[in-house]
Amino acid sequence: MNLRTRYLGLELKNPLVPSASPLSRSLDTAKRLEDAGAAALVMYSLFEEELQHDHDVMDSYLHNQSLGHAEATSFLPMHGDMPSKQDRYLEQLQRLKQTLGIPVIASLNGVTPGGWIEHGKALQQAGADALELNVYYIAGDVNVSGADVEQRYVDVLQELRHHVTVPIAMKLSSQFSSVANMVGRLEQAGAAGVSMFNRFYQPDIDLDSLRVAPQLHLSSSAESLLAMRWIAILFGRVKLTLAATGGVHTHSDALKMLLAGADVVHLCSTLLLHGPQRLKQILHGMKDWLDDSPYESIDQLKGVLSQRHAGNASASAYARANYLQLLDSYLPSVGV
Amino acid sequence: MHRMVTIDGNEAAATIAHLTNEVIAIYPITPASPMGEHADEWSAQGRKNLWGTVPSVIEMQSEGGAAGALHGALQAGALCTTFTASQGLLLMIPNMYKIAGELTPMVLHVAARSLAAQALSIFCDHSDVMATRGTGFAMLCSNSVQEAMDMALIAQAATLQTRVPILHFFDGFRTSHEVAKIESIDRSVVRAMISDELVQAHRARALNPEHPVLRGSSQNPDVYFQGRESVNPWYQEMPVTVQSVMNRFAELTGRHYHLFDYVGAADAERVIVLMGSGAEAAHETVEHLQAHGEKVGLLKVRLYRPFDPTALLAALPATVRRIAVLDRTKEPGADGEPLYKDVLTAVAQSYAAGQSHFTELPRIIGGRYGLSSKEFTPGMIKAVYDELTREQPKNGFTIGIHDDVTHTSLEWDPQFRADATLATNCALFYGLGSDGTVSANKNTIKIIGESTDMYAQGYFVYDSKKAGAVTVSHLRFGKQPIRSSYLIGDDEAQFIGCHQTVFLERYDMLDKAALGAVFLLNSGAGPDEVWNTLPRRMQQQIIDKNIRFFVIDAYTVAQDSGMQRRINTIMQTCHFAISGLLPRDEAIKAIKQAAEKTYGKKGAKIVELNFRAIDAALANLHEVPVPGKVTSVFDRPPVVAANAPQFVQDITAVMMAGNGDALPVSAIPADGTWPTGTTRWEKRNIALEIPVWDENLCIACGKCPFVCPHTSIRSKLFDPAQASDAPPTFKHMAVKGKEFPEGAHIVYQVAAEDCTGCGLCVDICPVKDKDNPGRRALNMAPQAPLREQERVNFDYFLALPEFDRREVRNTVMKSAMLLQPLFEFSSACSGCGETPYLRLASQLFGDRMLIANATGCSSIYGGNLPTTPWAQDAHGRGPAWNNSLFEDNAEFGLGLRVAIDKQQEYAAELLKALASHIGEDLVAALLGAVQEDEAGIHEQRERVAALRERLPKIDRPEARQLEALADSLVQKSVWIVGGDGWAYDIGFGGLDHVLASGRNVNILVLDTEVYSNTGGQTSKATPRGAVAKFSAGGKPTPKKDLAMIAMAYGNVYVAQVAYGAKDVQTLKAFMEAESWPGVSIIIAYSPCTAWGTDMINNHAMQDRAVRSGHWPLFRYDPRRAAQQENPLQLDSKEPSIAYREFVSQETRFNMLWRSHPEAAEKFLGEAQKHALSNFQHYRQLAELSYAKPEEVKPAKAKE
Repeated sequence: MNLRTRYLGLELKNPLVPSASPLSRSLDTAKRLEDAGAAALVMYSLFEEELQHDHDVMDSYLHNQSLGHAEATSFLPMHGDMPSKQDRYLEQLQRLKQTLGIPVIASLNGVTPGGWIEHGKALQQAGADALELNVYYIAGDVNVSGADVEQRYVDVLQELRHHVTVPIAMKLSSQFSSVANMVGRLEQAGAAGVSMFNRFYQPDIDLDSLRVAPQLHLSSSAESLLAMRWIAILFGRVKLTLAATGGVHTHSDALKMLLAGADVVHLCSTLLLHGPQRLKQILHGMKDWLDDSPYESIDQLKGVLSQRHAGNASASAYARANYLQLLDSYLPSVGV
Repeated sequence: MHRMVTIDGNEAAATIAHLTNEVIAIYPITPASPMGEHADEWSAQGRKNLWGTVPSVIEMQSEGGAAGALHGALQAGALCTTFTASQGLLLMIPNMYKIAGELTPMVLHVAARSLAAQALSIFCDHSDVMATRGTGFAMLCSNSVQEAMDMALIAQAATLQTRVPILHFFDGFRTSHEVAKIESIDRSVVRAMISDELVQAHRARALNPEHPVLRGSSQNPDVYFQGRESVNPWYQEMPVTVQSVMNRFAELTGRHYHLFDYVGAADAERVIVLMGSGAEAAHETVEHLQAHGEKVGLLKVRLYRPFDPTALLAALPATVRRIAVLDRTKEPGADGEPLYKDVLTAVAQSYAAGQSHFTELPRIIGGRYGLSSKEFTPGMIKAVYDELTREQPKNGFTIGIHDDVTHTSLEWDPQFRADATLATNCALFYGLGSDGTVSANKNTIKIIGESTDMYAQGYFVYDSKKAGAVTVSHLRFGKQPIRSSYLIGDDEAQFIGCHQTVFLERYDMLDKAALGAVFLLNSGAGPDEVWNTLPRRMQQQIIDKNIRFFVIDAYTVAQDSGMQRRINTIMQTCHFAISGLLPRDEAIKAIKQAAEKTYGKKGAKIVELNFRAIDAALANLHEVPVPGKVTSVFDRPPVVAANAPQFVQDITAVMMAGNGDALPVSAIPADGTWPTGTTRWEKRNIALEIPVWDENLCIACGKCPFVCPHTSIRSKLFDPAQASDAPPTFKHMAVKGKEFPEGAHIVYQVAAEDCTGCGLCVDICPVKDKDNPGRRALNMAPQAPLREQERVNFDYFLALPEFDRREVRNTVMKSAMLLQPLFEFSSACSGCGETPYLRLASQLFGDRMLIANATGCSSIYGGNLPTTPWAQDAHGRGPAWNNSLFEDNAEFGLGLRVAIDKQQEYAAELLKALASHIGEDLVAALLGAVQEDEAGIHEQRERVAALRERLPKIDRPEARQLEALADSLVQKSVWIVGGDGWAYDIGFGGLDHVLASGRNVNILVLDTEVYSNTGGQTSKATPRGAVAKFSAGGKPTPKKDLAMIAMAYGNVYVAQVAYGAKDVQTLKAFMEAESWPGVSIIIAYSPCTAWGTDMINNHAMQDRAVRSGHWPLFRYDPRRAAQQENPLQLDSKEPSIAYREFVSQETRFNMLWRSHPEAAEKFLGEAQKHALSNFQHYRQLAELSYAKPEEVKPAKAKE
């Protein structure tokens, strides 16, 4: 059984790639992921806000201590060696590269154009095999058009493309008017792949404090279908590689993504919930299914159920009809 | 090529100390703390000593402890040192006798500081050093930053050679904190100075079971005396040895010192003898006078003990006729201070013995100068030389003050300047402690020092406030080494920077400006408007002195360039651009290089922001055209209001204006007694924004006055009819509730001029505007437009009658907050977490409180002159306060109680004895009074008043006795207050004894979990994993559980509180503690600026501490046990948030993730585990049954 696949120009032994998560913070966990069969590893994200916060914190360490009293001209000892978040990230990247045999994809997460190049270069120098750019942007400004938002993605990518040589993947949100067109533009701008889709963590309102509070919910398998649809639509229509992310919890979820056309499948929530061993189980499950299937390699099954390759009925299932049928088939509970 | 460095005296001495020792036992005390901090930091960074090993630094619980540990380490053969000052040195004295008595080499570095007498002072004199003369330590004095480094090494080499321990001292602040450009001592020089053979000899003498000896025996009359005399040879040989070490040092460095160094005319007739930094000013003055033809000289004493009369005399020219010996100390009752007597004895003895080179016995006078860093200027020095020309010069004189009581003082010419002064470039900067002016100026000195061949000196004067502290930086630059060990005087400064416009109305800063000086002002007013924002006097000075005037809106520039409110780099850039110290381009390049050097490792973005600010500063700096005439319509307002009491007008106001130096001796209370209630006259106006009360939203919960750290928001209840004449903007509202009389109105009034703008009242306000949940019943608004209006309103508020204390329900917050606070407008940091507890106590018990206050933050914001926040009510009653020491506060407070109890007892005896004269009924009522509440106390006061009316009519001696003691019949509330440094560390032994005493005292521990006042050193209250000085790598051990220790006694009321987490629990704890007739202790969680976190998070920090289980809330009331109830009541719930959530939001913890991430995780894990198990432990204790145990029946005997 040949599980090999290619993503961002990297030859991978199978399509399972843990996505950006705290799991890559520990060398031990990363090693266990590799041992469990991970084909590559996306590192936890280096957040732009985190870097800004890091700067602010250092700034406060440096400057908020001056009280101006004769007896206390400072308070907390500033230890000479205080590496920044970026320093630590680069250090961890180097360690991962030294420890692991699989490719390591560094992940940058931010919204503003500034700073990407500098960080991207540093990541490449530290040994990243590829970069994943996560433009985590909430278009909340009434004066910013959809076109502006899309241009922001393209600009950021192009800027970085000029300065680094390693492949770049864009991690996208599903909230584009035309996802397909957007992916096409990114391909033209030099993206080697797209990862679909990013999850916006939605804030919630706390009724007790009347405050808005951030919430974090892990994904469920149901969420994977959104990515599956768009991968199925894009497969064969664009040349860049496709990664499915969000809601892949089982080998079935993973296989569906591949059938829809994904080159790799990212795993996150399920690994956080069940640990690195989960990857091994999924891989086994995939192998077992493949053993019983007519396919001999991932390449063979990749995209067979994409919109382009599926029969008419299946193809239209990826389109609007799907929505009508589903709603009609939904019966509310008694009394609702 | 010598390597020049720009450092202060503390760093200079500590550099050598760290390099030449292996065990360093320390305890923080101003101004010596930085030496220990440097040593600790260097060891934490792995800096190695001369022998390639990293010195061990251990923080002890007191200086006494540090000395004991040193003694032990020395006896075990280690090379040891410590750093201390003042009271700390006094605590070391017993061990100093031991160390010297055993001929043990070591160097003790002292930043000399005044001793607490009529008052504490952190500033410099030699009282501490002089108090150790009998210990057997040699004493070596440094006069400057350069010498602090040089003598530290000479001392280290000499002590090893002589075996006599050496106290190396230099002047606190003036030398310890002066930043100067000096020649660094190369490591190879240190290597060449320190003999390994002597080190081995020291080790060979160590206690060692391989070749055991006994030391520290008890000796009897037969041999003790001889034993004391047995050391004489070592002392006799020491001066020669020290001189030989000095000679060796000279060969290696080119800097030649002698036991006594003479400066001046070879044929001098008049000579001054002194030691310390004052010798530098004297050196400068002598050179000036000599150049102007006067036959004067100066003798600098370097090795003060052992005192070598031969060397002294040899250093003095034979022509000397008159000698003035200056002591920087005071020995009340002595007929002269120590150095004077030593010199007098030396000269007289040699003359009497016919061995003197003087043809006649010189006339020798002694005088005192410079106590508590009193200025010592060339004008004063000249006055001493002038005095020596008088036929009958004054002996026992003082210089630097105006003594109109015993007329000891000499007059001096304040206008006199030495040539050296005129040759230096002087710059003055007025800044806020928090605006970074001092750090920018230190940076400037470094830049000039390191990038030019100029010498540089920086000295920084701080006021005693914590919130809104003012700093004045005195900078000098010159081609020659700078000896001006005094402040920049009038008409001397070529540059004056005013970093805050509020200072324009507060300080006559242009008095200091030289002709043609440059004046730089940070102001929001542009170049066209700024002229008329200056007071008239200032405008006149600018015109008269032909001053060039520049303005920059530094706050806007800072904001625009991403520096937020940090203006220091901007002001520094302007200084460089217009002062002409360096060519402009070169100067700007140097600042940028410095920014890169300072911040490069900390992040490119910080460097980038600094660069941006530097460029923007230049673009926004404007020269203001000076009109030929004064056009302003205002002048500096009076310092205090016209209705201030006479004492405040005459004395306090002078000190507040910064002119305290001019007050004569007669103005100062001789026994250290000062009036209370004086902060209210300050009106510091330091808040940019103040809270504004919205009476339409308020629910009168009382939380805002409860949390206000500065007592700047207050409530009063009144009949609306009383407010018919209220100012138009005075707000009040009807209030309902069973706590309040029908129809009453309530007001929450802000003291706009006293508020610090911390915002905590807004933070605590539980009300949310339903239309706009971001809005509360209190909202911050700019202070300036409201100042006048709220001044009037606050005055009106104060004039409204106080609510009757008897009607207040103390356990209900909104009612309790109607009690008048008798602790107000302290100078504590904005948002202080300690002061709300003190204010609360003053509200509840202030009119009958005696306070013993341990040295620390609370004694500084509570008792640092010119003012005190402790106040009085309309009857003139209020807290009576004293600060004894740091280490003895519990005992001091217990003493107050014992005295009161004794006096009560005696008064009762007198009452009984006089019962028939006074009236049996009144006596019975007085003796049987129940004073458990306000009503009971009120009635007793009325009885005492009745008693006082009757006593004068009774013609018996007992009546006279009782008149003096009648007040003791009214209940007194004794409070022993201090921080964790006192309670957990230095004062713990005494605290424990008081806990065990069973006496009716209330102990309030303001637990900031760190030594806050001295700059954030680790205490035993510091939590595991917290970063603090002496715990740069995070404190590895857990916090001591003081409450558990106190509870172990069983009869102590114990409460652990955090007012920002559960206010009513705090209120209850105070009431219960005070009412318990035995010992009570309240351990109060007090968030602190030292934690590195913005104090607007004060309440949230308390809340997280409680919810994470770091700070469980509970009360242990022994009364409950008697009722068969468990005395322990747990007032907080099981930990509901992860410990990580608590620590991740406080800098003191989270900076460890950056510096030592693995350790941080490890400590976090341990602390989390402890928080849970500790809570479980408390809960189990609280759940134990206290039901009366069934009577145990005797077991049946076995049949």
